[in-house]
Amino acid sequence: MLEKQSNLKALFYLAPAMVLLSVFTFYPLFNAFFLAFLKDYEFLLRSARGFTILGNFKNVITDPDFGIAMKNTSIITFISVPISVIVALLISVALNSVKKLQGAFQTIFFLPYVTNAIAIGMAFAFIFHADYGLLNTILGWFGINPINWVGLNASWSNAMFALLVYTVWGGLAFKIMVFLSGLQSIDKQYYDAARVDATPRRRVLTRITIPLLSPMIFYITVTSFIGAFKAYRTIIGMFGETLRPPGTLSKDSLITIVGLVYDALAHADATGKMSEAAAASIILFSITMIFTLIQMQISKRRVHF
Amino acid sequence: MEITLKEITKIFQAKDKSETVAVNKLDITIPSGKLIGLLGPSGCGKSTTLYMIAGLLTPNEGRIYFGDEDVTDMAPEDRGIGLVFQNYALYPHMTVRQNIMFPLENIKVPKQEALQRAQEMADLVGIGELMNRKPKQLSGGQQQRVAIARALVKKPRVLLLDEPLSNLDARLRLATREEIKRIQRETGITTIFVTHDQEEAMSISDEIVLMDLGVKQQVGEPQDVYDDPYNLFVAKFLGTPPINMIPGEIKNNQVFVKGAKIGGKVAKNQDVVVGIRPEGFNIDPKGSLELEVYMVETIGRDTTLIIKNFEDEEKSYRVIVDARHRIQPGDKVKFNIDEDKFYVFNQETGERL
Ligand SMILES: Nc1ncnc2c1ncn2[C@@H]1O[C@H](COP(=O)(O)OP(=O)(O)OP(=O)(O)O)[C@@H](O)[C@H]1O
Ligand SMILES: [Mg+2]
Repeated sequence: MLEKQSNLKALFYLAPAMVLLSVFTFYPLFNAFFLAFLKDYEFLLRSARGFTILGNFKNVITDPDFGIAMKNTSIITFISVPISVIVALLISVALNSVKKLQGAFQTIFFLPYVTNAIAIGMAFAFIFHADYGLLNTILGWFGINPINWVGLNASWSNAMFALLVYTVWGGLAFKIMVFLSGLQSIDKQYYDAARVDATPRRRVLTRITIPLLSPMIFYITVTSFIGAFKAYRTIIGMFGETLRPPGTLSKDSLITIVGLVYDALAHADATGKMSEAAAASIILFSITMIFTLIQMQISKRRVHF
Repeated sequence: MEITLKEITKIFQAKDKSETVAVNKLDITIPSGKLIGLLGPSGCGKSTTLYMIAGLLTPNEGRIYFGDEDVTDMAPEDRGIGLVFQNYALYPHMTVRQNIMFPLENIKVPKQEALQRAQEMADLVGIGELMNRKPKQLSGGQQQRVAIARALVKKPRVLLLDEPLSNLDARLRLATREEIKRIQRETGITTIFVTHDQEEAMSISDEIVLMDLGVKQQVGEPQDVYDDPYNLFVAKFLGTPPINMIPGEIKNNQVFVKGAKIGGKVAKNQDVVVGIRPEGFNIDPKGSLELEVYMVETIGRDTTLIIKNFEDEEKSYRVIVDARHRIQPGDKVKFNIDEDKFYVFNQETGERL
């Protein structure tokens, strides 16, 4: 009796969230699945010529941009995530051990998080500017000639390098914040015990701090991978809507899978484009999910809870 | 190895510059190979003292010697100590074996030897079969033994234990304190055992150091301290049930309590506090001190009589008598007091007269 009542109550409290989620999450999700299997869908007329199982997926995969987008997305993901997790970890450990000005340093590292990604992208584009950029100025001190990072006809690899630096940096703030709060919740006695037992600093980090922080590291790694698979804003911020340095060919584009989805959406009025966008997003969703499942399997053995 | 603390003072400074004197000019000598109980109420500076001996805290003043060696400025890892923390501080992600081996890995003991020493140590403390468990899968008593094994495995010169039994239930506490005593005997290692439980300290220590408010109160063998307390605090702190503190006076070198003469004491006439141990009362029809029994607590071995204290309702007096006396609440009973079971204290300073 009591249980029934409290179930009703719970439902009542959950209702607003459920309604919002239904309208803005579940319905679009379901709709995307549906669209991906429609044949020759006309967005403007809302009509289709029956269903196709793989037609839209085939269109996506055979698009020359798809290969480029896959390559770019993979590179961004598998390079930026490990680097940013490791860098964030090292910075957090260092921050956690400084006594003075800790608050000030924390604020500095947290600033990017509260700053608009597009604005930061533009700032980075300027840092990487061939003639006036900060980076080339510094490289100049070491006698290195200016490098065309993101300017007219910049090479794909230079542009990608700049993008990776920006991606890593942009992701640091949140990671550092999570790691720091994790570090501060580790019982100080473990470190006292390690000191009494003459543990070298490096072993303290690898044998005590990192294992005790592993739930946070796992959480950050999984969410970062998911975020990196969805990379798009960073590229728009740095290169604008063309998603590539000016003057370059589309084979040198820095387009990602999400970029592909938006590209298709931009041409939604053309026959079947909407379905292609849906199919591309399902492909991305599948990759992300498979990858997350793999990580969860690994974590069962590696993460100490 | 003998440990000497010379005039150790530790002052903590809070953010608002207010100061806490946690340990105040502490002078102790801890004899080699003995088990010493560091005893006192919560917040009296026991842990602080222990951590200064360990090197995790640095005293503001004073020196610490291990034997003849001045270790005051030595890092904890160089002091050769084993430390068992109040809540054990076992690494939760390591197995029991890994926990015990951890100190050995740091000093680069070869793997095979480390495994063997860890096993020996685990067997000594009686957890040899639990080597593959994680700390979470152990009971409090087992965790505590792992912590002791981890502290002992590197063969420290000194073993320091910070209230190691405080997380255990009463039965386990009794068992493990005997265990600690046994391990200490078998290894012969100089051991300092911190506790706020006087019974625990008295039962396992070769000597106890009694502290209050960061100041040493008395040092000695448990029985000696119990029988011959220097001041009111020491007399009150030791013994269960606690000693009865009754206002009294000295007149013509005689001690009077509630108008009754209970014994002699050579001192000038004055008001005093008289402490009488619960076991110091003897029922005697010719006794001078007559008390009305308020309640009777029977535990079988002996009987506790509770006497209402009309000056302070909270602190009733307790008298332990032989269970053969069948006494009812409301009875008026006459006692005489054992000569060596009462102490006379200065009313102001609490010093023993
Ligand atoms: N890091 C610190 N900063 C400020 N004051 C402290 C600090 N550590 C201890 N103190 C103070 O020093 C005094 C002694 O503390 P300590 O921990 O040594 O007590 P203790 O005898 O071990 O008590 P317990 O039995 O409760 O563990 C206390 O008043 C405590 O508040
Ligand atoms: Mg303490």
